[in-house]
Amino acid sequence: MSPGLQVLVVAAKIVFVLGFVLGLLPVVIWMERKGAAFLQDRPGPNRAGVLGIRASGALHAVADVIKLVFKEDVVPSGVERGWWALAPLVGLTTALVTFGFVPFGDEIRIAGQSVRLQVVDAEGGALFVLAFTSLSVYGTMLAGWASNNKFSLLGGLRASAQTVSYELAMGLTFVSVLLVYGTLALDRIVEAQAGAPWHWGVAQGFGIVGVPAFVLFFVAVFAETNRVPFDLPEGEAELVGGFHTEYSSLRFALFFMGEYAALVVSSAVVTTFFFGGWQVPFLDGTALRLHAGAVLAAVGIAVGIGASGGAVLALRARRRRFYRALLPADPRRREPLFWAVVWTVAALGGLGLAVAGLVDLPARVPWGPGAVAIMAQFGAFTVKTLFGCWCFVWVRWTLPRFRYDQIMDLGWRRLVPLALALVGLTAVWVVARETWGGG
Amino acid sequence: MPNRPTGRKRTLAERTYLLPVLRDLARTGAHLVRTVARPEARVTVEYPEVEKPMSPRFKGAHRLLLRDDGGPRCVACMCCAMVCPAKCITIVAREDPEDPQEKVPVRFEIDLLRCIFCGYCVEACPKDAIRMDTGIFELNAFARQDLVHGMAYLTNLAKDARAEAAVFHRQHPEAAPPGFLPDEPLPVDPEILARPRRRVPPVTRE
Repeated sequence: MSPGLQVLVVAAKIVFVLGFVLGLLPVVIWMERKGAAFLQDRPGPNRAGVLGIRASGALHAVADVIKLVFKEDVVPSGVERGWWALAPLVGLTTALVTFGFVPFGDEIRIAGQSVRLQVVDAEGGALFVLAFTSLSVYGTMLAGWASNNKFSLLGGLRASAQTVSYELAMGLTFVSVLLVYGTLALDRIVEAQAGAPWHWGVAQGFGIVGVPAFVLFFVAVFAETNRVPFDLPEGEAELVGGFHTEYSSLRFALFFMGEYAALVVSSAVVTTFFFGGWQVPFLDGTALRLHAGAVLAAVGIAVGIGASGGAVLALRARRRRFYRALLPADPRRREPLFWAVVWTVAALGGLGLAVAGLVDLPARVPWGPGAVAIMAQFGAFTVKTLFGCWCFVWVRWTLPRFRYDQIMDLGWRRLVPLALALVGLTAVWVVARETWGGG
Repeated sequence: MPNRPTGRKRTLAERTYLLPVLRDLARTGAHLVRTVARPEARVTVEYPEVEKPMSPRFKGAHRLLLRDDGGPRCVACMCCAMVCPAKCITIVAREDPEDPQEKVPVRFEIDLLRCIFCGYCVEACPKDAIRMDTGIFELNAFARQDLVHGMAYLTNLAKDARAEAAVFHRQHPEAAPPGFLPDEPLPVDPEILARPRRRVPPVTRE
């Protein structure tokens, strides 16, 4: 591949990955708000709307951005100006960089050249992931230290102590994962998980190795991303806003985005290690390309059924007390019909896909099977990542926050010994597998 | 172990912490399914479009009742004004021209900005002339004077006036201004409109 083309390909991948993560942010924020509401028997945000179309509160993210952009950027007196301004950037940047190591699809061939769908196909990708997730705490620490505020400082202190503690457990779990796969390259880790879900990382050693590794890693990830129940750095009950007390306007927005970007990236990393990354269950790359038509038809039928259900539900919403109580001139009256039309169009699209799949359209164009395969894999990756994000949300709105001594106790006296034991167990399993050829 | 809420020892399952977490996740998950599947089961009332049914005993804004012959029931005995802990009722009485032994109010004003909605005036009234059964609780205005309700206004209000206004507009949508809430502003007392707006002098701090 010529150097010029190579640069172009890498640039395209960077733009795609940035767009993917930043595009998922509003989705995840919407999921957090709506999820929180539904878990608490509330309807959640549903007021912001354009021309009466409220999109179930999805537009609140837009409203928030507009609000934050126009807020005053307050710089408190006595802050360490440079570090203070740098802090909000660190979290978002490290999260986005981490995503560069995560593969999001199989190798593709463009103009006879093979291109890996991964911005950096580093040999030591897993180490980089560990390194950059650890770096993200510097944002919190800097913010806490540079804010000239005792609450912020305490938040920053908590964040650094917590992250250092759980890094140990996380690193040891990494050791276990790497022992199983025998490589640090994330793309090869994903390739090793091809096929049925019992080839995934979480099922390693018939689940005896995989499940504890996943649980330990997941808990450590919660602590690293400062999510509930480990969100002491911003424990608002004690610390006002914690490390971001002194930040307003877009600087606060950056912290907020960084937090959710870290969420997306963490769940992508968990997916990569334990849930087969971009692998479609039961169908590896070859099988996907071979059965492209069937895959397309299956996706089309699923979309068609789902969207038809959506259309029916949208029309039924008119019977709800809310819509019946609206005045005739209220623009929100057209909302059910609008969504019914949207869902119907989606259902027709699904039908089109199904028909295209049934007549085996992908096999008739040269790039068809490859395109279907890559879309399916990327779709699988997105779905798995979003489900991971949903798990974060679900846990957040279920569990109360830990006390500080409980966090330290859990990190040092429970997770670290468990992770050490897990490394031993994994080593035994790997040797056994190599000796007797089990799997 | 410090801070254990109960004296008993935790079971092994509880000490793993993970199993109780899974149980709790299932519990919140069940709430999620219910909230999504049955929107009517949500606890939130989407006010102002949907309204919570009010208790018939709810104490809303006051109204004055009329006799069968159309005159006010009020005999200006001052019981309500006397019992009012907020001193928000102003009554000016005069002789009844038809029956010089009786009094009638010339002015009867309730300052709703002072009123604490205790309902003592209703209890104190010997003539059942004042009631708080209009159901009106959204008391807002652009000028303070607009929330001092005079006699014409008070006698105009009916029982459940707020609910009736809402029903009226559902039955006569053409009367509703576009995008307006189902409950219309009630007929305004011309006496209040005609009154000059009293400017509130600025507060000077010592």
